[in-house]
Amino acid sequence: MDPSPDVLLDLHRRMVRIRHFEESAGRLAEQNRLPGFLHLYVGEEAVASGVCANLDDDDQISSTHRGHGHLVAKGGNYSYMMAELMGKATGYCGGKGGSMHICDLDLGMLGANGIVGGGVPIAVGAGFANKYRGNDRVSVAFFGDGASNIGAFHEAANMAAALSLPVLFVCENNEYGEFTPRERTMAITDVVDRAAGYGMPGAIVDGMDVVAVWEAAKEAVSRARRGEGPSFIEAKTYRFYNHHGVQTLGMKYRSDDELAEWKQRDPIELFEGRLAGAGVLDADGAQAVHDAVEADIEAAIAFAEESPLPDVDNLLVDVYTVAGLTAAAYLGASS
Amino acid sequence: MTATASAPADAPAGASGRSIAYGAAFTEGLAQMMEADPNVFVAGEDVGRAGGVFGSFRGLNERFGDMRVVDTPISEQAIVGLGTGAAVSGLRPVVDLMFMDFILVAMDQIVNQAAKLKYMFGGKATLPLTITTSAGAGLSAAAQHSQSLEAMLCHIPGLKVVMPSNPYDAKGLLISCIRDDNPTVFVKHKRLLGLRGDVPTDVYEVPLGSASIVRPGDDITVVTYGRMVHESTAAADALAAEGIECEVIDLRTLQPLDIDTVIESAHRTNRVAVVHEAVRFGGLGGEIASQIAELAFDYLDAPIERIGAPFSPVPFSPVLEKEWVPNAALIGERIRALAAA
Repeated sequence: MDPSPDVLLDLHRRMVRIRHFEESAGRLAEQNRLPGFLHLYVGEEAVASGVCANLDDDDQISSTHRGHGHLVAKGGNYSYMMAELMGKATGYCGGKGGSMHICDLDLGMLGANGIVGGGVPIAVGAGFANKYRGNDRVSVAFFGDGASNIGAFHEAANMAAALSLPVLFVCENNEYGEFTPRERTMAITDVVDRAAGYGMPGAIVDGMDVVAVWEAAKEAVSRARRGEGPSFIEAKTYRFYNHHGVQTLGMKYRSDDELAEWKQRDPIELFEGRLAGAGVLDADGAQAVHDAVEADIEAAIAFAEESPLPDVDNLLVDVYTVAGLTAAAYLGASS
Repeated sequence: MTATASAPADAPAGASGRSIAYGAAFTEGLAQMMEADPNVFVAGEDVGRAGGVFGSFRGLNERFGDMRVVDTPISEQAIVGLGTGAAVSGLRPVVDLMFMDFILVAMDQIVNQAAKLKYMFGGKATLPLTITTSAGAGLSAAAQHSQSLEAMLCHIPGLKVVMPSNPYDAKGLLISCIRDDNPTVFVKHKRLLGLRGDVPTDVYEVPLGSASIVRPGDDITVVTYGRMVHESTAAADALAAEGIECEVIDLRTLQPLDIDTVIESAHRTNRVAVVHEAVRFGGLGGEIASQIAELAFDYLDAPIERIGAPFSPVPFSPVLEKEWVPNAALIGERIRALAAA
């Protein structure tokens, strides 16, 4: 089941896109050009890329607070993403969602989520809809090691298994729930151990190896498409930046050595070495991909900066779905 | 409690004259929606083979199958998540949370997810999700199976909340909730399930956000909903013998609130009481009284009277529970004082 050169190049492009998008967002945040919180996906690119390369636009994913990478991997538009991060009217959510609620329903991306574990039951609901309609689509719940401790995850995993739904649970185990190391918050080393408790197959993959992720996801997605129910993949990975933002703000919750060790296994550098060795993409070719992506993202930043701010007259629009009325009309004359 | 209820004044003329129970009206409305729209399904604890703990889903599993009447694990977060994910994927789910007390287990999925997705996503998501549940005291079900928690839900932008008082409204409001493209919470009262009343066999809607004047009167406006409509009406009947004519307004929908009907009535009567079964402190009565004070202050001849349960959990022992739930005698006493104020 070796991936074809086309697949390898696609995986590379997805990872490079995420990396440059996130590096650019981090830079903008440091320059105080983005309001609000920012949770960067740098270091974890192989997970979203390896999984989403197995999905079509009609397959759905639910995401996390660290959600930009999932949307880029699903084919998200940089311009609408950057505009949303800046709170502009042209953003994916018209400036009403921001980084933590970025989404593209046309691409099956059911939203980043500000509540840890909150998106997992929603992916299961999408999976139910697919089974209900009898199509062969799958949904993927991305979540972290921290979310595997929350009730919503357990309820949703059991529900998916009990109803035999076409859902893939992808745990991005980056070893920290916010600032607290995994070993302080759970008595197991491998989150995948939990899969057995729901009666679903589970696999551990090296989350810094995009091909390993791609292969495991391919098998799990095929299984779901065949109607054989949910699967669980635990990807061992690491975030290169802080829980939120870029700087650690003086918090010493992980060692420089540990960070340096993981950076030795940068998923993009590892993969570029492999691509060069296999004669699929040499250093110049890889650089050309980086350059093209960087240019696209610079254009997206320019688009976002030039975009208008949301019209405050639309503050109450879209609280409800209703033709021609705003929430103000619903709330009565006193509001 | 009264054993029968008539259809509200706005019911279509020539309504069937057929009398069925509130619980059966709910089941009939749901079945008709499932028949009309293949995207409608129901999921929840015991709704399938068992037909629901109150019989509200009886016969549906046999009729529509396991995929459309889904028995779920006891997992309220995942039940609401199932509905939210399916709704955002284009289905029209009805998910049942059995007892209103159990919504608290699912509050993240209701409040942070379902209610907000549309707004957070800049309007792109549509959430035609109906959450059904049963509230209310009076069955010695004690503190965790008897609450009326509607005020919490009405506080959340993005949700709509209904609490029908009679079989006609139960069916019509359920149909409106299922057809609505927003997350709605349909709250039955457990003690009304056996209440019989006229219910047309046709499919019909009771519009969301529309109150009903169930008893006209010129002296006192009584704003209420759910089972307290019956206690308030009984109190009004007794007061009529004393020459005090109450206008009883059944709000039917609590969010969006039909404040216009309330204000119009207050302008005529100049005295208002608000009655609900929920705990008085922080209850919806506070919001309603506040809006009346803002919109009709100059018309009021007396302070607004708020009647609700005392500030304690719902007790178990029947003698204590009876003391806890507001009743016609208490309502009558307070309104008599309001009339004299």
